[in-house]
Amino acid sequence: MHLSHQADNLRTDELLINMGPQHPSTHGVLRIIITTDGEIVKAAHPEIGYLHRCKEKHSENVDWMAVAPFVDRMDYLASMNNSMGYAIAVEKLMGVEVPRRAEYIRVIISELQRIASHQMAFGTYGLDIGAFTPFMHAFRDREKILDIFEAISGARLLYNYMWIGGTYRDITPEIVKQIKEYCAYFAGQISQYNELLSYNKIFVERTANVGIMDRELCWSYGLTGPMLRGAGMKWDLRKDEPYSIYSEVDFDVPVGKGEMGTLGDSWDRYMVRMREMEESLKIVNQLIDGIPDGPHRGRVAKKIRVPKGEVFSRTECPRGELGFYIISDGSEIPYRIKVKSPCFLNISTLDEVTRGLMVADLVATVGSLDIVLGEVDR
Amino acid sequence: MTVQDLYEKLKAKFPAHIVELSETKPDPYIKVEAAGILEVVQSLRDEFEFQTVANLGGIDYIEEKQFAVFYHLFSYTHKVVVALKVFLPREDGVSVPSVASVYKAANWLERETYDMYGIRFEGHPDMRRILCPEDWEGYPLRKDYKTPDYYRGIPVPLYFEGDSSAGGGH
Repeated sequence: MHLSHQADNLRTDELLINMGPQHPSTHGVLRIIITTDGEIVKAAHPEIGYLHRCKEKHSENVDWMAVAPFVDRMDYLASMNNSMGYAIAVEKLMGVEVPRRAEYIRVIISELQRIASHQMAFGTYGLDIGAFTPFMHAFRDREKILDIFEAISGARLLYNYMWIGGTYRDITPEIVKQIKEYCAYFAGQISQYNELLSYNKIFVERTANVGIMDRELCWSYGLTGPMLRGAGMKWDLRKDEPYSIYSEVDFDVPVGKGEMGTLGDSWDRYMVRMREMEESLKIVNQLIDGIPDGPHRGRVAKKIRVPKGEVFSRTECPRGELGFYIISDGSEIPYRIKVKSPCFLNISTLDEVTRGLMVADLVATVGSLDIVLGEVDR
Repeated sequence: MTVQDLYEKLKAKFPAHIVELSETKPDPYIKVEAAGILEVVQSLRDEFEFQTVANLGGIDYIEEKQFAVFYHLFSYTHKVVVALKVFLPREDGVSVPSVASVYKAANWLERETYDMYGIRFEGHPDMRRILCPEDWEGYPLRKDYKTPDYYRGIPVPLYFEGDSSAGGGH
């Protein structure tokens, strides 16, 4: 009697937890306001904008070539892919052809960048789940790609390498050799990554059946890239709407199959990235021996005038489809550049996907989105 | 299916809402009346199999004294992007129906458009700023936006004036 009377007076309450903006598992300056009921997430509201630099506004004030470095700084873990996307969009608008040699270099470099970006995703995801060692392996191997990029462009993170009409510099036989050596070395590393993390029992338990996103959810939220492929849909712009020379190379599009749990869970998304590294390696190996001779940059003036018009062009970046909607009024500076950022939409799903999960699973889900806040906020 | 085919089908279905197909190169867009945008987008998803929204945002046509909101919808079935554009008078407090009830992606994209241009979306579940702080004044991507000198007593760095010492004032 006494006990039940006490139980009646007990009150449960929701607790508001603030995660970030400085937090090791938010992958940058992301703040998530979590309403919890015990250990259960009742709502999770991402607050973004801490890294907002209004790149789109900057772009309206500088000439066409000067936009490329801004684009690099959006997704700073995949700068090469980003600036390649921008260059392709402007080239479409201008109607210029890129020399074959430049196309080869671009694809090789952007696939290496994809590997470097996925290595980062792999390492930090392990870190989120509590596995520290994979991070060291990933960074050791990523370092070697950065060395190659430093040799070709002079920079280690923000390269300004993909220019409109081609590339900033040519690649030399020494760099080709360096890339070949790297490919031979890295081919053996992926299986080690898988042994270390992918099939680790604890890792699988933490990620399988967590943060499930099905195909319809991906469509409604406009998710692309590893999110959509993780949900089992075989869709890759490199394959389905090939740009550059992707139609000439042979590679597979890995998709999630629900091997460890439900289709579209965090493990599936993670595994798509692991398998994409192998495919990227395949692409680089196919192209590296056949780089044709010729110029590495087409006949494009330093000061560009782009004809009046508008274009919406998308390319497959490590985090999904990066789109550029560009309006030109025929002058030396862009009139409007709207960047369709894949991460912006990826993180917008968080509330719906994590509702009802444990707080620890929210961390596992955020990690599986592989967001880069520089691109979310632009 | 090409954009031209789609335009003709839409024109037949919504004669009052669909205005014209633009001549812009290389990508044309379909001009839609603001009042009919929700109906058109709903029909594109349900009947024409445009499963996803690839992009959404605003444009400031200051010379024409107009704002525009554009919608790039993508169909995995037809492998085509269709661009819709709605033109609005260039005034404060102007609004357009929200499509967040059709595509969930529109929720954040419309918030971003509001944040940058001050265009409001009627029927949006959560019409707040998203990238700028909630007490930010003005709409940064408007062509006539002036960067303020101070934000709550904090000097705002200017990047396009003076010498090359960007980020001055610190």
